[in-house]
Amino acid sequence: MADHELTDPGCSHSNNSNLISRRDVIKSVIATGVVSSTSYLFRVSKVWAQASAPGAVDRLITLNVNGQQRRVDVMKQETLVMTLRYKLGLTGTKIGCDQAECGACTVLIDDVPYYSCSVFTHTVRDRKIQTIEGLAKPDGTLHPVQQGVIDEQGFQCAFCMSGFLMATVGFLKINPNPTRAELAKGISGNLCRCQDYDKILTAMMRGAENLRKA
Amino acid sequence: MPNVTPPSSKYKLIGKNYTTGDLYAKVTGKAKYAEDYRADGMLFCKLALSPMPHARVRGIDARAALAMPGVKAILTADELPAPANSINDNGTVILANPRGYQALTNEPLFQGQPILAVAAIDELTAAEAIEKIKIDLEPLPFVVDPLATLRPGGPNARTDGNAWVRLPPPPPKPGERPALTPPELQTVKWTSQDFEEAKQGRLPTGKPTEEWHVGDVDAGLKNAALVLDETFVTPNTSHQCLETRSTMAYWQNGKVYVHTGTQSTAQTVPAIARWLGVDVSNVVFISEYTGGGFGSKITGDITLVIPALLAKKTGAPVMMRITREEENFIGRGRPSLHGRMKVGFSKEGRITALDMYVICDNGPYDMVGDAFSSGRIVSVLYQPQAMRWRSVTVLTNTPPRSAQSSPGGMQGIAIMEPVLAKAARKLGVDQVAIRRINAPEGKAPFGPLTAGKQQYATSAFIKEALDRGAEQFKWNERKVNTGKRNGSKVRGVGVSMSTYSGGTTGFDGLFIIKPDGKVYIQSGVGNLGTESWTDVHRVVAELLGVPWEKCELTWGNTSKNLPWTCPSGGSQTTHAMTRAAHAVASDGILKLQQIAAKDLGGKPEDYVVANERVSRKGGGAGMSLAQAAQRAIKLGGVYDGHELPKDINNFTVVSATALSGQGLMAVAKDKYPHDGNTFSFVATFAEIEADVETGQYHILDFLAYADVGTVLHPRALGGQILGRSILGIGHTLGQKWVYDQQYGLPVSKRFHHTKPPTILDIPDKMAWAAVEIPDPETPIGSRGIGEPPVGGGCAAILNALSDALGDEVFRRAPVTSDVILASLEAGRPAQDPLRSNI
Repeated sequence: MADHELTDPGCSHSNNSNLISRRDVIKSVIATGVVSSTSYLFRVSKVWAQASAPGAVDRLITLNVNGQQRRVDVMKQETLVMTLRYKLGLTGTKIGCDQAECGACTVLIDDVPYYSCSVFTHTVRDRKIQTIEGLAKPDGTLHPVQQGVIDEQGFQCAFCMSGFLMATVGFLKINPNPTRAELAKGISGNLCRCQDYDKILTAMMRGAENLRKA
Repeated sequence: MPNVTPPSSKYKLIGKNYTTGDLYAKVTGKAKYAEDYRADGMLFCKLALSPMPHARVRGIDARAALAMPGVKAILTADELPAPANSINDNGTVILANPRGYQALTNEPLFQGQPILAVAAIDELTAAEAIEKIKIDLEPLPFVVDPLATLRPGGPNARTDGNAWVRLPPPPPKPGERPALTPPELQTVKWTSQDFEEAKQGRLPTGKPTEEWHVGDVDAGLKNAALVLDETFVTPNTSHQCLETRSTMAYWQNGKVYVHTGTQSTAQTVPAIARWLGVDVSNVVFISEYTGGGFGSKITGDITLVIPALLAKKTGAPVMMRITREEENFIGRGRPSLHGRMKVGFSKEGRITALDMYVICDNGPYDMVGDAFSSGRIVSVLYQPQAMRWRSVTVLTNTPPRSAQSSPGGMQGIAIMEPVLAKAARKLGVDQVAIRRINAPEGKAPFGPLTAGKQQYATSAFIKEALDRGAEQFKWNERKVNTGKRNGSKVRGVGVSMSTYSGGTTGFDGLFIIKPDGKVYIQSGVGNLGTESWTDVHRVVAELLGVPWEKCELTWGNTSKNLPWTCPSGGSQTTHAMTRAAHAVASDGILKLQQIAAKDLGGKPEDYVVANERVSRKGGGAGMSLAQAAQRAIKLGGVYDGHELPKDINNFTVVSATALSGQGLMAVAKDKYPHDGNTFSFVATFAEIEADVETGQYHILDFLAYADVGTVLHPRALGGQILGRSILGIGHTLGQKWVYDQQYGLPVSKRFHHTKPPTILDIPDKMAWAAVEIPDPETPIGSRGIGEPPVGGGCAAILNALSDALGDEVFRRAPVTSDVILASLEAGRPAQDPLRSNI
């Protein structure tokens, strides 16, 4: 069985030690007595420009997303999913819960699946970020795991699909030949409310097979 | 166990797998759901929610908020249009319920109900503005337990009552359309004597507000070999669509453009018009993809008026992103039913009499039909020789309910199945056999007498599903070793029957054959993942003999001229829209034959449509569909849509008129005969293993064998059968609402408080199959399947648990580890069967 911790974005003790998880921030907020309820939110206007404070992070940063260098202006509390969806136009990554419960926002950061609702954008400046939009080749050829979904008519409403796909692609990097049970465990951090798990697992297994043949 | 692919049939497309036209966009992230749209100058809005379960707004001070830079507008309940009447397809006026749910309120009736909204240049500013608004609330009495409000002196959820009572429709006045009145709000209190039953753990059965009976129940119970009297409570559960009901709206030239999720594209237009008080012609609705509905988005959701009205007020597009916690409050839920079943059995296990009482926990707003449906579903599924059904639908200060996959059916089956399982054990009858002996067959009667007669099903082949399912599941082999402990482990097998309505009639189809030879099919079906939006139109290609690749589907945007379509709720679509597809394909074929006869001589019936041509039978003259399309444009009139049938819905008239002159237009209403009520059925089998030391259990194997008539699209059907089965299983495994009874506040507000089953909660391979006997009362023979598997999923696991652990473990769902451990230790069900939301 693969190391399950690798796929746990909420785990602050993973191998990416400079990633700050939401859990860490909540802990620090509690410790300093600051009350914050705005992590879901973002600020697009210049009306409320944040003042620079000692130790504050830069606002204008460069992200490596799907192989491209993207310059973007982010707030210090901005989560990666908000940056992707509202600053970079990458709406394929979905928000299902915004609190690390459902996995709909899963993206790969240096090939490891993370819940992008629980990663602060400014912590991933030097990382390689991959979203659903970056899976297919530029000529439109689908990634073998995407092709698995086409082959098996995986998913119903598909709101969870990009999260499941990214979690699967990440898992297959460390276990390219899983059993159904192993793959199920590998992607168990993702919820499908249509509960189409049986067909999803069939599609993802087909995707794994496609990937091995590719 | 492999999935069973239904056998090939006489059809080329129907019953075959294919890749749906929305899948590439979904798999590449290009599919746009409501929150994925952007518009220039888009504002964001946030909601202020009630912190109390019942209160009156005495005053709102928004001065500080409105003075903030970036804050554009506030919207309060006073600015909402008044509830408006609607008219259904039969011309019946449905009178608005003045106590119905509105998007904002001055008298919140549950904690979390939106009171007002603020629009600002960004979401953070809107949220900060909400914090600055002072809302003066007067706390009012509340109740979150339906039995508590029925007690003498118990609190009421509303200031003027605590129970909905459905009234018979008044006779229409001469010259006026018939009208449906909203239910009446009454105050129902039972006596202390009624509640004496509760002390024995039995559901009190005071005076009902609704009841019916058929046959002699008392005699049936008296003559029974075994009588069981069981109380069972099902949980409140949220729909929890993964896509919350986020909405973006703007106005252009007097028209409102709305982006939100829906189950039913065409049907959402009149709903938006009614909620906003605008004409249908001024509504453009865009919803190509919807992230789940399960009954909570049948025609979108009334909350969409908030961004629409703020957009009007500010003159800018407004995005309303609904958070997961807000979705828990306004995203709707399935009502809990408290049930009591007194059931008489013959020694063979046949039900001689069934006396059913249910209390429905309705929430504070519009009356849901779960109690009503539960009686009819139990009646049709178990065919009792005599039956009485009684109910009270009680208001509580909890979030508003709506239909959730198999509304009332799931609860009725969950209440009834454990009784049947217990009876089989007491009588020494096999579990499959006791279901088979009670199962419906053919035109099975159900429900109360109307004009001296019961209604009846169009067909029922659940006995075949039970027989084939038992064989495939190897029921007789598996049942031998259950209930025997192996260390701390014990296995159990369960079987359940299940049913729900499977279709309606009377909707329209619309397509055009254009001079490029392609068939352009207009789909008004919502795309919520079931794939019925495309599957039903395979019928058109099948009958025309056109390759699927030459069919272009348009869906999800009402500015693109869609036909009037059934609501996708209650498993209607497959049945209703294959009928409409059959009707419109027949219209297209007739027009092709007529055009060929005009040009090439002979009579229309001398021609046959096949292989993208209309040609003379037995060979000879003919023309391609492309040529026929050109001729249709030249002929005009009925052939290119300039003349339309008189009987189609006005919605379709508008769409067809806009599309006229582009080719051969086929447009028709489903008027096929239909004798009976359409139901689909499922026989569900499960094996579980429980650990008596930890109380944990898991599902080892699962098979759902469905009777849905002709199979349209096997993979989509399999997704529905197993997906909805697992939705039902969630009610057994652990999903429920929990309330702080003292303060009336919900404890379960997010996924992790009431988690839907995960991929690890089910076996890594599940099986489904279909009987594949066409329904005789519909042209293609297909029935719907969204609802029926739900009750089967829930009850098969319940029955497997009692097979493993005995009858004295649970008296309500869900059945969690702590319940199992406590009950095994006590030697009796260690559950209070009557308190709600614990």
